[in-house]
Amino acid sequence: MSKNGVDQGKRRFLLAASSIAGGVAVVATATPFVLSMLPSAKALAAGAPVEVDISKIEPGSYVTVAWRGKPVWVTYRTQAMLDQLPKNDPNLRDPDSNESEQPSSCKNVYRSIKPQYLVHVNICTHLGCAPLLRKQVGDPTLGASWPGGFFCPCHGSRYDMSVRVFKDVPAPLNMVIPPYAYKTDTRVIIGQDKASS
Amino acid sequence: MKRLMKWIDARFPLTSTWKAHLTEYYAPKNFNFWYFFGSLALLVLVIQIVSGIFLTMSYKPDSALAFNSVEYIMRDVNWGWLIRYIHSTGASMFFVVVYLHMFRGIMYGSYQKPRELIWIFGMLIFLALMAEAFMGYLLPWGQMSYWGAQVIISLFGAIPVIGKGLSTWIRGDFVVSDATLNRFFAFHVIALPLILLGLVVAHVVALHEVGSNNPDGIEIKEHLDPETGIPLDGIPFHPYYTIKDLVGVVVFLMIFSAIVFFAPSFGGHFLESNNFLPANPMKTPPHIEPVWYFTPYYALLRAVPNKLLGVILMGLSVVIYFFVPWLDRGRVKSIRYRGKIYKTALALYVISFLALGYLGTCPPTPIYTMISRFFGVFYFGFFLLMPWYTRIDKTKPVPERVTK
Amino acid sequence: MKKLLFLFLLIPLVAFADEGGVHLDTAPVNLHDMGSLQRGARDFTNYCLSCHSAQNVRYELLRNIGLTNKEIEKNLMFAGGKVGDKMKVAMRPEDAAKWFGIDPPDLGLMARVKSPDWIYTYLRSFYKDDKRPTGWNNTVYPNVAMPHVLWALQGVQELKTETKTIDGEKVTTQKLVLVKPGTMTPVQYDQFVGDLVNYLTYISEPYHNKQIEIGTVVLLFLGILFVLVYMLKKEYWKDIH
Repeated sequence: MSKNGVDQGKRRFLLAASSIAGGVAVVATATPFVLSMLPSAKALAAGAPVEVDISKIEPGSYVTVAWRGKPVWVTYRTQAMLDQLPKNDPNLRDPDSNESEQPSSCKNVYRSIKPQYLVHVNICTHLGCAPLLRKQVGDPTLGASWPGGFFCPCHGSRYDMSVRVFKDVPAPLNMVIPPYAYKTDTRVIIGQDKASS
Repeated sequence: MKRLMKWIDARFPLTSTWKAHLTEYYAPKNFNFWYFFGSLALLVLVIQIVSGIFLTMSYKPDSALAFNSVEYIMRDVNWGWLIRYIHSTGASMFFVVVYLHMFRGIMYGSYQKPRELIWIFGMLIFLALMAEAFMGYLLPWGQMSYWGAQVIISLFGAIPVIGKGLSTWIRGDFVVSDATLNRFFAFHVIALPLILLGLVVAHVVALHEVGSNNPDGIEIKEHLDPETGIPLDGIPFHPYYTIKDLVGVVVFLMIFSAIVFFAPSFGGHFLESNNFLPANPMKTPPHIEPVWYFTPYYALLRAVPNKLLGVILMGLSVVIYFFVPWLDRGRVKSIRYRGKIYKTALALYVISFLALGYLGTCPPTPIYTMISRFFGVFYFGFFLLMPWYTRIDKTKPVPERVTK
Repeated sequence: MKKLLFLFLLIPLVAFADEGGVHLDTAPVNLHDMGSLQRGARDFTNYCLSCHSAQNVRYELLRNIGLTNKEIEKNLMFAGGKVGDKMKVAMRPEDAAKWFGIDPPDLGLMARVKSPDWIYTYLRSFYKDDKRPTGWNNTVYPNVAMPHVLWALQGVQELKTETKTIDGEKVTTQKLVLVKPGTMTPVQYDQFVGDLVNYLTYISEPYHNKQIEIGTVVLLFLGILFVLVYMLKKEYWKDIH
């Protein structure tokens, strides 16, 4: 058990080399286990793009479809609603949608490809509740200055008709616009950017 | 760093535990190949727990969903096939390692005074492991899962008076069903693993209390350094045995990976082909055989024409190991200093164990049954005659200190 | 002790000694042959999928054998749907049970239940048998409930019994003989079945190629790790002797 004549340098080198190789082995082994917790092929198949027929939507109303288990609304906005949008800018937290999530084609005041049709994920960016549509201007429950938009009943967050968030409400961001595309004039595919796969 | 350690040590016995079980736990310096399997068993336990946790995330313990949820893991879950193959290979490798570990104990008399309790804890681990493996095998809900469970649970029906009620109670139904699957799942993923972990701790604590045996069967604590009080033939477990065990671990992992990646079914022995068919309570597969690690006991069961006696004999073939510390009347521990009689008996035991293991996979023809009986006699002879032959055996003188 | 070790090494040899049965031809399985797998996929959806499902296999899996989403949707998915769908069958199990006496088994794992060789031989061993309700029988799977779906391709076989006298002993052999040719030559038909079996083998373990690749890397890496820890052990154990 004498320590005489021990080549400490060699020992340290071998120890370091084995530790590194062993560390690589552990990380490599852990990787598949970690990745196994990502959405499976089943979840991805269930989250495949969804097609919506928008020809039946009345002006001022909306349809709801589920995409990846989330409620996606397609809202047909009237010309009056569209005209109101630029006027909201001074009261909004992020009027130009610099911080929020949307496809680049929707980074405009309408937050949509075609101005009339708003496609958005109807989940409040505060704590994930589902906001309600309050399209009536000056809605008595929301005050005379209400320009029409979305209201979250959970904690009172307010959004305009482009689901942009107002100042001084709990929600931090504008609501999410999912990737979508027009397959034809009346059919929208939600969940993919381009019309063809 | 030093201050942090001091802070912890004032509140938790970290350094002292580290010393007591690693750097100042003195193990005999003459451990050989057979001493790898203890640490390897611990490694497989960890592999099984980790892979099992991840399988549980996607598995569904419902008779209508179970089979397809395994397929879901194999096909849809990212890397699910790897995790499942690791778990299925781990089950078999657990038994390989544990059988070799037990054989080491028998060969070097590691169960003799003062290590009887270590042996008994070890045997309890083995029993818990058998239950764990048996219940886990039902979960894929394939034909073999189903019919294997059906056959084994029916064995309890052989017990007089309470038998029939007992097997119904175990199943929670009149045949193996959804209720059985659900409770086996509960036992497999939580109850038995907890018991296993507790027993493993007891096994190791008992071992570190008395110290390890060695291939010479000499108590190293009988020769201490007069100055330091350290056994003259002992070396610190860490770093010497931790590093040596690491070599064993890497070799083991090579074998393990070779199976997982190149032959996960292992010729139908680790994953049986009939188990890729969903369980069908209306149709028995033409040939039911247990997984290889249960076949020796299964062969003994079939060797007896009477159901009750067969069940008793099968139970006895496992339980008898508990009594080995008291059956052995030899004056030496290790096979190295035993005489010819013991060596012959041990060799016959190994041959019969392997032969029975093979016979358990064969169809029950009269010839195979006769051969099973023949080897069954040798199997039990090894234990039952042990008090006699170990006493008359001519042993060799045991050296004072360990040899190389 | 050496002897004991030797015995342990013997286990696999003994255990693998398999009992015989019907002679099986070797299936031409090659999981790297994308052309064969694609033909197999096409033939599977055309001929098998109307009765047999592969209910855990998603169509999108076929992207891994070189098909695009469009090709899969256009050429293989006759009833429409998305590529993420599973290969299910239109027929209801109750109807199937009524028509065939049994529910046609799922084929997703069939190559693991039976061997590829078994399926390969089975699909080439149907013969005309008027005693059977379907009019067909099989030498590999006697009295099988499945009719010979592929007879138009293979033609009609009959089981001929020949008795020869060799060295004064009467030897009876049974042989399948093609009595009416189908649209394919025997060689073409063997290739057709070969592709199908190759495909069935593929979907039973779609990760198989990946498994072998990763396994090779893992073993090489562990080899390096072994050298390192072995040298480390040698170095430390210099203290002991």
